[in-house]
Amino acid sequence: MRIYVNGDQHEVEPGTLAGALDILGYGGRKIATAVNGRFVAASLRPATKLAEGDKVEVVAPMQGG
Amino acid sequence: MSFYGVELKSRLLLGTARYPSPKILGEAIQASGADVVTISLRREAGPERAGQSFWSLVRSLGVRVLPNTAGCHTVREAVTTAHMAREMFETPWIKLEVIRDEDTLQPDVFGLVEAARVLSEEGFEVFPYTTEDLAVADRLVEAGCRVLMPWGAPIGSARGLNNVYGLKALRAHFPDIPLVIDAGLGVPSHAAAAMELGYDAVLLNTAVAEAGDPVTMAKAFALAIEAGHMAFKARPMEPRDMAAPSTPTIGRAALGD
Repeated sequence: MRIYVNGDQHEVEPGTLAGALDILGYGGRKIATAVNGRFVAASLRPATKLAEGDKVEVVAPMQGG
Repeated sequence: MSFYGVELKSRLLLGTARYPSPKILGEAIQASGADVVTISLRREAGPERAGQSFWSLVRSLGVRVLPNTAGCHTVREAVTTAHMAREMFETPWIKLEVIRDEDTLQPDVFGLVEAARVLSEEGFEVFPYTTEDLAVADRLVEAGCRVLMPWGAPIGSARGLNNVYGLKALRAHFPDIPLVIDAGLGVPSHAAAAMELGYDAVLLNTAVAEAGDPVTMAKAFALAIEAGHMAFKARPMEPRDMAAPSTPTIGRAALGD
């Protein structure tokens, strides 16, 4: 199934947001997530099923003013 | 001085962007004495860990974090970013930016008020980046904001206080709301001028980060902010049009013909 993570296309097995993040190497990092523009809390990632074409945003702390 | 019940020692809040290196960023924060630094959320690339090392640095400095919604143009983007920030940094504080104009980075004050209302209702403690417009400020307070952050000038412009009259009026109108000049300052005298108007604090980034020596500039701003605040408390004299001799005229020796 095709999903978009931070704008880049990825092929993943159907599954959850938590699963996709693990496969893509985000496990254990300080990140926050949104799917299709909606915030998904860390506690809800294992229960959040991804669908074909979903747009996932993964953000981390960054320099800012 | 306190924001949402949190007592702070320093009246300088410092941004963390655009420094020449992480080391200089760390040293500048320490030299500034700031208790609060602003920070943003950006996409984290899979193999890189830029965000993770930056976060370790900030944590090592023991400062409080004020996350921002920089770059958001809609209420929805800003609200979603605020939720991500609250989870990430475990703080209800959010520096709310909803930007309308790309050239001036002028806030979309209509979106700002709406986002401030939504977030305040959800328990956030909102620090809105706004203009000096009194009516907008009033709407923001109505929406639940207990801190206001008017711009001095457009972000990163180093122009100083563009509308001193408007900023004075805002101070007079909201004597009990902490007011922070956010954005547009270039040199310490700008910050001192803001504090002399009775502003509670100053938020800086580019003026320090892009100085030739950011660490020394951070210290210079800290001193100017302290001096300006002290001057405000000492109640400056009013300007007047005519000269008034400072040396007493009584008792002057008669030395003419």
